[in-house]
Amino acid sequence: MAMMTDFQFKPPATAPDERADPGRDITCPVSEAEAWEEGMVLRHLSAWYGSFQAIRDVNLLVGPKRVTAVIGPSGCGKSTLIRCLNRMHEVAPKARVAGQVYLRSDDIYESGADPVLVRRRVGMVFQKPNPFPTMSVFDNVAAGLRLNSLFSRRSHLADIVEQGLRRAALWDEVKDKLNRPATELSGGQQQRLCIARALAIEPEVILMDEPCSALDPVATLKIEDLMRDLSATYAIVIVTHNMQQAARVADCTAVMMMAEDRAGEMVEFGATSEVFTNPKEKRTEDYITGRFG
Amino acid sequence: MSAITYARRRWTNVVMLGLCATAAFLAIGVLALILGYVLFNGISYINFDFFTQLPKPAGESGGGVSNAIAGSLLTVGIAAAMGIPLGIGAAVFVAEMAGPRLAGIIRFTADVLTGVPSIVVGIVVYSWVVLKMGHFSALAAGIALAIIMLPIMARSSEEMLKLVPQSHREAALALGVTRWRTILSIVIPAARRGLITGGLLAVARAAGETAPLLFTALGNQFWSLSLAGKPIDALPLRIYQYGTGPYNQQHQQAWAAAFVLVTVVFCISLLSRVLLSRRG
Amino acid sequence: MQATASESPRTPGIVRLLRRARPGDVLFRVVITFFGASVLVLAALMLWQLAFESRESISAFGWGFLTGTRWDPVSRTFGAAPAIYGTLVSSAIAVVLAVPVSLGAAIYLSEMAPPWLRHPASFLVESLAAIPSVVFGLWGIYVLVPWIRSPVERVLGDHLGFLPLFTGPPFGVGMLAAGAILAIMILPIITAIARDSLLAVPSSQREAMLALGATKWEMISRAVLQYCRSGLVGAVLLGLGRALGETMAVTMVIGKTYDINTSLFAPASTAASQIASEFSEASFSLYTSALMELALILLGITLLVNVAARLLVWRIARSPEAIRE
Repeated sequence: MAMMTDFQFKPPATAPDERADPGRDITCPVSEAEAWEEGMVLRHLSAWYGSFQAIRDVNLLVGPKRVTAVIGPSGCGKSTLIRCLNRMHEVAPKARVAGQVYLRSDDIYESGADPVLVRRRVGMVFQKPNPFPTMSVFDNVAAGLRLNSLFSRRSHLADIVEQGLRRAALWDEVKDKLNRPATELSGGQQQRLCIARALAIEPEVILMDEPCSALDPVATLKIEDLMRDLSATYAIVIVTHNMQQAARVADCTAVMMMAEDRAGEMVEFGATSEVFTNPKEKRTEDYITGRFG
Repeated sequence: MSAITYARRRWTNVVMLGLCATAAFLAIGVLALILGYVLFNGISYINFDFFTQLPKPAGESGGGVSNAIAGSLLTVGIAAAMGIPLGIGAAVFVAEMAGPRLAGIIRFTADVLTGVPSIVVGIVVYSWVVLKMGHFSALAAGIALAIIMLPIMARSSEEMLKLVPQSHREAALALGVTRWRTILSIVIPAARRGLITGGLLAVARAAGETAPLLFTALGNQFWSLSLAGKPIDALPLRIYQYGTGPYNQQHQQAWAAAFVLVTVVFCISLLSRVLLSRRG
Repeated sequence: MQATASESPRTPGIVRLLRRARPGDVLFRVVITFFGASVLVLAALMLWQLAFESRESISAFGWGFLTGTRWDPVSRTFGAAPAIYGTLVSSAIAVVLAVPVSLGAAIYLSEMAPPWLRHPASFLVESLAAIPSVVFGLWGIYVLVPWIRSPVERVLGDHLGFLPLFTGPPFGVGMLAAGAILAIMILPIITAIARDSLLAVPSSQREAMLALGATKWEMISRAVLQYCRSGLVGAVLLGLGRALGETMAVTMVIGKTYDINTSLFAPASTAASQIASEFSEASFSLYTSALMELALILLGITLLVNVAARLLVWRIARSPEAIRE
C-alpha cells in the first residue's frame, strides 16, 4: 500500500499535556528500519476462520518503545489481527493465516516456527482478567517462568516476581498478599496481575486486547498510566473500541474497517493526533466523527 | 531457556499427548474386545429354538431361554410401571413445587440412592416382600428393579422438566389454568421426549441387573408368568447360572443369552439417544 | 401461590383462601408431595430395614464383627474382615488401573480429538457403561481370567515373585482379576464425568496459559486440570463408589475364598460377593442377620464415598464462577 511511504515527520498538532515528556522523543511515524530491527512488520496479512475471511491484506509497522492502537467498529477484525501477532489466532478451530508477520526480522509464521517460542516473545493481556484461580498471586506471576526452568524454587523466582509486580504498578498493593489466591484481588488489580504475569517472562512486544473494557474508570486510568510507562521499554499494541482511550495513550493509531464482504482492512495508519484531527481517508473521518460505527 | 529445556518440553508434550490418545483408544479397544467376544461366542448358538423353547435338562443339547426372556419382560414391565411414574412424580415435586432447600435434599438423596449397591436393594426387598409373601416372585423382582429405577428416573426427569421454558408455565397460569392442569397438560407434554428417553435408559439399566434378582426372582427352569405366586426367571439370572455352571453346553447358551441381552440394552440406549438428539 | 385472573387485592383474604383450595389442586399437591417424599422415605426405610435385620448379628458379635476373620456357619462364627478387605483392595486396584486410562481418555476427548471425532468417541466410551455386569462377569471368566493366569500372573510371578504382592500359584481368578474387571467397569463413569469437568473449564484459562508460551500439554496440566481438579476427584470417587458396590462381575472372577492374603494372585471375597454366594445358603436367623450386617457395612462404605463424591461434583456444578470471584 502506498500509504507506507507517504509518512512525513510532523509534530502532533495538539500535544496533550500528559505526553509532554522531555525524555520521549520517539513518536509516530515509525520508520521501516526501526520496525524491522526492533519492532514488528506485518506484510499482506490475511486471516480466516474456516471459509470466512476476517482480515484482508493488512500491512502495518509496529514500532518499538511506543504504543500502537488499533481502532475500528466492532467486528472489523481488530481482535483477530492482534491474535495473529502471537499466533493465538490458530488456536481457534479451522483458523488460517496468510502473509508474513516479522518480529525483529523473524517471520513468526515461517514453516517450522514454533508458536510456543513466539508466544514467549510476544505477550498478551486479555479483555477480561484471567488469573489462574487455583494459584496464589505469586504463583500467577511465576507461572510463565516455571514453564521454562526445571528448578523453579521460590527463592530463585522471588526477585523476578517482585520486579514484574513493580513494573505492573501492583507491588505495593499485593506485597503482603503474595500467597493469597489471585481471585481475592479486585478486577483492576487482577488485570495488572495479568500484566505482571506477561511481563515476568520478558517479552519483546506486549499485546493488549481491550484490556480496560471490563474495568471501572479508576482502574482504567491506572492501566492507561501503566501502558504509558511500559511503552518506554516495550512495543505495545492495544486494541480498543474507545477512541478517547486511543487518543490518550497511543503514539500511533491504525484504523480498521469492515469491507462489504465483512473482511477487515487496514484503512489508515499514522500518528494518533494526525489520525484524529486530520484523517486522510473518508472512512476514517466518518468513523471518528461518529457518522458510522 | 536453554536448548535442552526446550527439547525436553517438546518431548514431554509429544509423549504425554500420545499417552492420552492411547488411553482413549485403549478404552474403546476394550469395548470392542468385549462386544466382539459376546458377538463371536454368542451368535453361533442363536436360532429360532433359542427364543422359543424352554431349557432342557442339564447335559442335554438344545433348548432355549424363552422363559427367561418372558420373565425379563415381565419383571422389567412391573418395575417400569412402578418406577417410571414414581420417578416422574418425584421429579415434578422437585422441579415444580418444592422449596429450594427441600428440593436440594431430595435431589441429593436421589443422587446418593443411585449409588446404593444393587445387591443391597435385593436383600432389602427380600426382607420386605419375599419373606412376607413366603416365596419368590416376579412382583418382588419388579419392586427391587423399581427401587433401582426410581432415583435414575427422578434425576433425569427433573433435568428434562427444568428444560421446559418458564414462559410455557407463565402463559398457562396467566390464562387462569390451575397449577396441576398446567403441569399435566403443558409442562409434561413439553418435556415428553426427554422423559421417554429417561424412561428408556432406566429400563435398559433395569433389564441388565442381576444381583437384585438373586433373592427376589430366584430363577425358574419352567415357564412361569405368575406375578406373585412362583419364582420367575430372567435373562441376566440365566446368564449367571449357566455361565458359572459346569456344563459346556450351558456356557454356550450363556454367551448367546448375553448376546441377546447386550443387543437389547444397546438398542434401547441407541433409541433413546436418537430420540434425544432429534430436533422439533 | 399465585393469584388467578379473577382475584384482586380487594378480595377478602378468606375468600381467596377458599377459592385457592380447589379439590383438584389439593389432590394433586398431596399426590405429588407423596411422590417427592418417596425418595426420602425409601432411603430411610432401606437403611432402617438393614439395621433392624442386623441387630441379632450386632448383639452377637459387636465390634468383633469388623475384625473377625472366620465365616463359619457350622460353629456359628461370622466375621467381616476378609470381606471388607476384599472390597477395599479390589476397588483400590480398580481405581489405580482405571484412573490413568480414564483421565487420559477424558483429556483426549475434551482437548485433543478433532471435532468430528469427539461425539462418536465419547459415545463409544460411554457404551461400556451400558454393558450389564453379568456380561462383564461372563467375559471375565472365559477371556480375562485365562489371560491373567497366563501370561500376566506368570510373568509377574517369575520376575517380581519376591514381592508379597505377587506370590502364590497363578490361579487366574482372584484379587487381580477382580480389580481388573472392576477397572474396566468404572472406566466409562470416570471418563464421562472427567470429560465434562474438563469441558467446563473456560477457554480464557487455556488462552492465558498458551499466551505465556506453554506447550499444549503444559496448558492442560497446569491450567485445565488444576482448574477442575475438584470435579476430577469427584469423578474418581464416583468410580470408586461404583466399584465398591459391584457384585456380579466380581463374584464371577474373584474365586470366592474367604481369606485375607497379601498376594494379588490369591482368590478372595468381597462383601458383595459374599452376600451373593451365601444368601441362598443362609438357613438360620443368625446367618441371615450376619449377611444383613455385612450389607449394612457395605452400604455404609459406599454411602460415605458417594456422598463425598457428590459434594465435590456438586460444588463444581453449582458454582463454577465462584472459584473466579
